[in-house]
Amino acid sequence: MKEIKEKHTLVMRWTHWVNFPILTVMIWSGLLIYWANDEYAITIFGHTFLRFFPDWFYKLLKIPHHLADGMAFHFLFMWFFTLNGIFYILYTLLSGEWRQLAPKRNSFKEAWLVLLHDLHIRKTSPPQNKYNAAQRIAYTSIIIMGLGSVVTGLAIYKPVQFYWLTWICGGYHVARIIHFALTLGYVLFFMIHVIQVIIAGWNNFRSVVSGFELVEEPTPIVTTIIVEESAPLVTMNLLEESTPLLTKGPEERAIFPIDEDDSNNNLL
Amino acid sequence: MKSPTIKKTKKELTLNQKVNRRNFISFTTFFVASAAAFGGWKWLYNSPEEKAGITGGAHKPLRQALNKTEVFFRNFFSNKNLVKTYPKEKAAKVVRVNSNIGIDDEDYDPKKWILNVQRNDGQILQLTIDQIRTLPKTEIIFDFKCVEGWDQIQHWGGVKFSDFLSHFGLEDQAKMDYVGMQTPNGGYYVGLEMESALHPQTILAYEMNDQPLVLKHGAPLRLIIPVKYGIKNLKRIGMISFSNKRPRDYWAEQGYDYYSGL
Repeated sequence: MKEIKEKHTLVMRWTHWVNFPILTVMIWSGLLIYWANDEYAITIFGHTFLRFFPDWFYKLLKIPHHLADGMAFHFLFMWFFTLNGIFYILYTLLSGEWRQLAPKRNSFKEAWLVLLHDLHIRKTSPPQNKYNAAQRIAYTSIIIMGLGSVVTGLAIYKPVQFYWLTWICGGYHVARIIHFALTLGYVLFFMIHVIQVIIAGWNNFRSVVSGFELVEEPTPIVTTIIVEESAPLVTMNLLEESTPLLTKGPEERAIFPIDEDDSNNNLL
Repeated sequence: MKSPTIKKTKKELTLNQKVNRRNFISFTTFFVASAAAFGGWKWLYNSPEEKAGITGGAHKPLRQALNKTEVFFRNFFSNKNLVKTYPKEKAAKVVRVNSNIGIDDEDYDPKKWILNVQRNDGQILQLTIDQIRTLPKTEIIFDFKCVEGWDQIQHWGGVKFSDFLSHFGLEDQAKMDYVGMQTPNGGYYVGLEMESALHPQTILAYEMNDQPLVLKHGAPLRLIIPVKYGIKNLKRIGMISFSNKRPRDYWAEQGYDYYSGL
């Protein structure tokens, strides 16, 4: 028997989808600015492997000769990006949602299992809950990256008035490189994110629009067996041992030493 | 008691109905909001260019945003916030020349140069480079920043603009809101708010790397204003004026932020 389970809050869904077009405009207008002095490349031992960016790329996106436009768009949408981000972070902190988002002590170990599972090297699916370990790390990182973009952005936007910010960022050059690298990070994140969402399927995607998922009704046993979270080693062992039981049914799944609400295997 | 029971049976939705209802509401909202956002973007992207005036060349709403953003960030401006300075050895020996707009007249004779300063009484104060050189010299070695994204540590020497104003009895002019400067041929011109012009690191420079300025760097006298991007650092000053309205500004007419402050 399936039932509706609430997954994503309204605030999370709005800020997520509002951020998407804003970040797109920020990246595009950022490119218009960067083009005017496109000095970055990956060079190892005198050989340039990748120039940011090749001419075909600029031509494709009609980037050249729009510095003034780029700055005008960038310095308008920076407001929306920042305000949307502040709103989301405040909400997540005040509502307690951060508890399901922030990586836990065992997340870093568990994220490895998620990776192995996603690459089809390991059959056991690691504990999922709202977010699995890898998601906790990825989604928390992307928020910190957003914060980093605002801070490094301010550091290169007003390096005199906010000289202390520029100093914290390691100076004007370092701040500019971080600001640039974070943008590459968003693009990389976006590509993996979209692939994972496609793989995870409709039920998962819908939850970021409608807020709910359809799940199997949990069996009562699930709530009765809870292993202390403060025992990561035990967690691991149980996980190993439980592998052959996995296919049998919900009762056995309950021995997973995880939060009460585990019941689906969406990986993103 | 009958009606509530009827209502209750009506309200008892199946799982599928609940799902469909919620999907309908949220996806309709999603697509309507997406369409609105796309429409909003189209409107902004195709919004008309501002009327050419003191500023020009930008989409009208974007210019308004630039001006509003200037107002916000000017709250953080302080003459106590100084540009980071560097030791002499860090200064570039070959100083970048990015443009010669306004100083491109052939056979220009710097010996005939004279600085015109417009006073409030309508009179024009005329100064020679020797008169300016008698004032105390201020040197600065700082990271010159261009809107394009490049920067270079450069070493300049000249007279602090605030010293210049007080020495030549221009205190009344210093109370006005803006300073305008332009090249002798009028081909390049900038406008600055007074607070940036009076910043202790703003100088009228006649030296670079301890040598007299050369023509391509703005000889005999140029503006070095480290709290602004390079576009405001006018070469070969021919005329200085004061006003309470924004003076015209070469790059602000071409879509750039008028303020361009750092």
